[in-house]
Amino acid sequence: MVGQATNIVRLDGVEKHFGAVRALDGVDLRVDAGECVGLVGHNGAGKSTLMHVLAGTLAPGQGRITIAGSEQPGYSVSLAHELGIRCVFQELSLCPNLTVAENARVMHPGLTGIGWRRRAGDLIVGKLDEIFPGHGIGAGDVISDLSIGRRQMVEVARAFTETDKPVKLVILDEPTSSLDAHSAGQLLAFVRRAVANGQGIILISHLLGEILGNSDRVVVMRDGKVVVADRADAFDRDKLVAAMGAEHHERATPAAAAGAARGEKPVRIRARPERQSDGAELVAHQGEVIGLAGLAGHGQTRLLLQIFEAAYRRKAGFEVQAPVAFVAGDRQSDGVFPLWSIAENVGIRSIAAMRKGLLISPEREAELADAWRQKMKIRTPDMNNPILSLSGGNQQKALFARALASDAVIILMDDPMRGVDIGTKLEVYDLIREEALKGRTFLWYTTEMDELQNCDHVYVFRNGRIVADLRSGEVTEEKVIQSSFKEVA
Amino acid sequence: MTSAAASTPSRARFNPRRAIRAALPAVSLALILIAIAYLNPRAMSYLGFSLMLNLAIPIALATIAQMFVIAVNDLDLSIGTFVGFVGCVTATYLNDEPALGVLILLGSIGIYALLGALIYVRDLPSIVVTLGMSFVWAGLAILVLPRPGGRAPEWLSTIMGLKPPFVPFPIVAAVVIAVVVHIGLMRTSYGAILRGAGGNPVAIRRAGWSLLKTKVVAFSLAGLFGVLSGLALIGNTTSADANIGNGYTLLSIAGVILGGGEFVGGRVSPIGAVIGALTLALAANSLLQFMHIPPDWQVAANGAILIIVLAARALLTRRESL
Amino acid sequence: MVALLNRPWIWSFVGAAVVFIGALAITGGQGAGGMVTAAFSLALFMVVVGTGQMFVITLGPGNVDLSLPANIGLASAVAMKVMDGNDVLVPLGIAAALGSGLVIGIFNYLLIWALRIPPIIATLSASFIIQSVDISYGRGLQIKPPPGFADFTNWQVPVGGVGVPVMAVVVILFSIGAAIVLQRTVYGRSVLAIGQNIRAAWLAGVRVERVRFLTYALCGLLGGLSGALLAGYFRGASVDIGNEYLLASIAVVVIGGTSVAGGKANIPGLWGAALFLVVLQIMLNSYHISAGVRLVITGLVIIGVIVAAGGPKAAR
Repeated sequence: MVGQATNIVRLDGVEKHFGAVRALDGVDLRVDAGECVGLVGHNGAGKSTLMHVLAGTLAPGQGRITIAGSEQPGYSVSLAHELGIRCVFQELSLCPNLTVAENARVMHPGLTGIGWRRRAGDLIVGKLDEIFPGHGIGAGDVISDLSIGRRQMVEVARAFTETDKPVKLVILDEPTSSLDAHSAGQLLAFVRRAVANGQGIILISHLLGEILGNSDRVVVMRDGKVVVADRADAFDRDKLVAAMGAEHHERATPAAAAGAARGEKPVRIRARPERQSDGAELVAHQGEVIGLAGLAGHGQTRLLLQIFEAAYRRKAGFEVQAPVAFVAGDRQSDGVFPLWSIAENVGIRSIAAMRKGLLISPEREAELADAWRQKMKIRTPDMNNPILSLSGGNQQKALFARALASDAVIILMDDPMRGVDIGTKLEVYDLIREEALKGRTFLWYTTEMDELQNCDHVYVFRNGRIVADLRSGEVTEEKVIQSSFKEVA
Repeated sequence: MTSAAASTPSRARFNPRRAIRAALPAVSLALILIAIAYLNPRAMSYLGFSLMLNLAIPIALATIAQMFVIAVNDLDLSIGTFVGFVGCVTATYLNDEPALGVLILLGSIGIYALLGALIYVRDLPSIVVTLGMSFVWAGLAILVLPRPGGRAPEWLSTIMGLKPPFVPFPIVAAVVIAVVVHIGLMRTSYGAILRGAGGNPVAIRRAGWSLLKTKVVAFSLAGLFGVLSGLALIGNTTSADANIGNGYTLLSIAGVILGGGEFVGGRVSPIGAVIGALTLALAANSLLQFMHIPPDWQVAANGAILIIVLAARALLTRRESL
Repeated sequence: MVALLNRPWIWSFVGAAVVFIGALAITGGQGAGGMVTAAFSLALFMVVVGTGQMFVITLGPGNVDLSLPANIGLASAVAMKVMDGNDVLVPLGIAAALGSGLVIGIFNYLLIWALRIPPIIATLSASFIIQSVDISYGRGLQIKPPPGFADFTNWQVPVGGVGVPVMAVVVILFSIGAAIVLQRTVYGRSVLAIGQNIRAAWLAGVRVERVRFLTYALCGLLGGLSGALLAGYFRGASVDIGNEYLLASIAVVVIGGTSVAGGKANIPGLWGAALFLVVLQIMLNSYHISAGVRLVITGLVIIGVIVAAGGPKAAR
């Protein structure tokens, strides 16, 4: 009974249905003051829906929400804010046309009157200094001018700013997905400090190491329910994966094929970054999986886009020998066509090939969609359902299917596993390896160390330049990090 | 070789592209003025400016009205006929029965507010709703004033005919409009919310603000400035005509864009919009007159000037990254 | 039935039917056949122009062709001048009108692409220039269309007491073709993809600029075609023959259920919306009411239809 008072939030039997889909199917959850709860589960397990319920942006169908010991029947966004509950959503919720200070003001209705801009600026920059020392962000910077990593920093810092109401609980949904390792470390250290100060944190992440290393308690969700909740030290990685319900995969041994010396197969891509002053260039051969590593936003995506352009139009410094396809990491802005069905989304890259005469053949379109539903294990009863009916991970699978189903020989991947659950990842790794053996070439930009282990060859980027060129045997976390921070002469 | 500048930017970041963009409206205005000065040096006088810019004030006000609507990602295709309607009311009711005239004008601002609410609540495309409204205002204008005529209220003509020392009235008015709206939209705390609603409406709603209110406020302000535009117009011309404002819809949109605004994303600039309106007004009237363009080709020259000015803006800012 | 009611374009047909019945109520059921004939004869022009506008609007936010009225005006003059009242020259005249429209469409695209001017302003500026060309080219133009051409555009085949305009049948076939282009060709799919997300379309291998070029060119071409047909139907060209199509082309597209936000187009809706607007005009004319009231009612009805067709914000 004494524990009751320290509960910040308590959910009892919360349910939420979207049509026939039970996104939440009776969830019980509590978060105490001074505690970091790690929340894990596959895509579609209900984590995001649960977050929206806690943030007040979705009303639960059933169940009770109790905040600081009192039940809240008419829970809403403003009430959540009033009670000190903040949420950092996965899709960024900053206004790109406003400055950092103005975005802080959006959070705080009380920041008005003469001098509000200065006060808002001091508030947010102070918090940024506290969480991410050396962040390099100014109060007057317009959000759209900032890199995605810096935007995420602003977003996180904003959630912790306080004016009139103290912040009791912050929910962080994949907060490190766009951060480089250094900033991610700063954030996780701050989470521990916040917890020590009596704040509550819910940390959602697909990086199990992040969860195990920083949570006091771990809650595992599956199919809209909490299946396990226990102290973090009761888990290890394997137990966690087992609880989430993934099939256990053997880690693919990196690149058995890469044992052969490079250069025996024909060259598919040569590309020199614009800012490269020495002779280094990226080379990819047939059948290779090439990793692009380094801190987020150091020119990897840009190079991929330039290679993509060069495949259609001659471009100085680039040599692309085969058709390309692109797998976007930022689904919303680079990948999904929201008004279309899954089948149409998968088929768009291949419409020209699906013609019979002048017209696109509906039969071929359906065949292609079904073939790839099975191959990618896209979880849907019907490929003619809207793409948005899929969970994020399954949407990502559809984007992979779009690229792999096409006639493209070179597949460019722009950090495509952002926020994808581990089961999906392992499935996709196998598929990439399989396709590479068939002769396809993959260029794979990733911020996750695990994924680099799947590559035959890794180029490390810094400030738009290639600073290291590692063979598969040489790729270690240490080496990559070392090169990522190396200053080039 | 490499400095640390790339990884550790200074606190107050200077963005050259943004700076060029911000300066462009002013540069285009300056170029138009230089061209006029070259063609007709006598125009560069107190009287010259008063004459050339008098009709620019209503255009600037209509542009500001359009800007508020564009700031929340909508477009007002009815502002031209609305200004015409206001003009007709001003030259009739406001002169003959001032109380009734004021009531009608306030009511029309109320209709704008309702439109904002309707567009938000029913999730309607503003282009179509305001397209429909452009018929409504045009029809009402004809009903109020079936044939050209009417009379501007005495006080209105007096205001528009003011002759302040040294600086011509239209310039004073333009500066006042630009500064007042700049402070209101760019410097107040609610102005940030209004622009934020154009930039990322979901984020604004999640932070607990009412998007309905932002739409209603933006449209009411558009209505208010539309009314001011109609008043200023009649103050200049002293009589009205139902079609008097028809060209304003397109001029106002062009003015906002010329002034550095964008159709979506809450990116607008009040100062830029006023300068854009002045540029267009000068280019469309005075410059063509001084260039002795034959009447058949006046309209074409108008189009060409729009193209040149906007192309310059686009070319100077086109270096967008991938 | 429910599925049918969920289709946004059904409302435009419902609106057309309601207005039609309203109009008949005034006349006491007299002249229904004549009204249907007149409605189809005028609606077909809106459908041709609206189809071009629909492809452009479907390209996504900001895409619209405001040069259509000027385009139609110039094409009508070009067609009449080339045909020169001679039936033999009709094909040449139509080709010339199409060419004029095509050139305008390409010019619009060049302004948008090469000079990076937003389409609204680019096509508007272009329309100013076209207007001047038309004024200077078509000055004092009093040429009548060749009799055969005028007769063809006004040709009606009586079927069960109602005159069926042949042109309307042709345009219905054209609409079916347009629907197939939209859904079943690489070009149509590309337009829909670009309208939903231009960057994603580019990354999915869609040739964005080629498709945008084709779309503006197509819209210009259809404007040119309607110019020639209108000149035949109204027996003469004029500078302002296309004026009403500025608003009408946008109105039929949107009332017909095409999304202004892009990526979603609807061909049957064009017909519903065009018939609705035309019947409304015919009804208001038969009331003998003043121009002011007519404008107000037209505006309110357009808004009313949009309000009825649009749903409230989704609850999320």
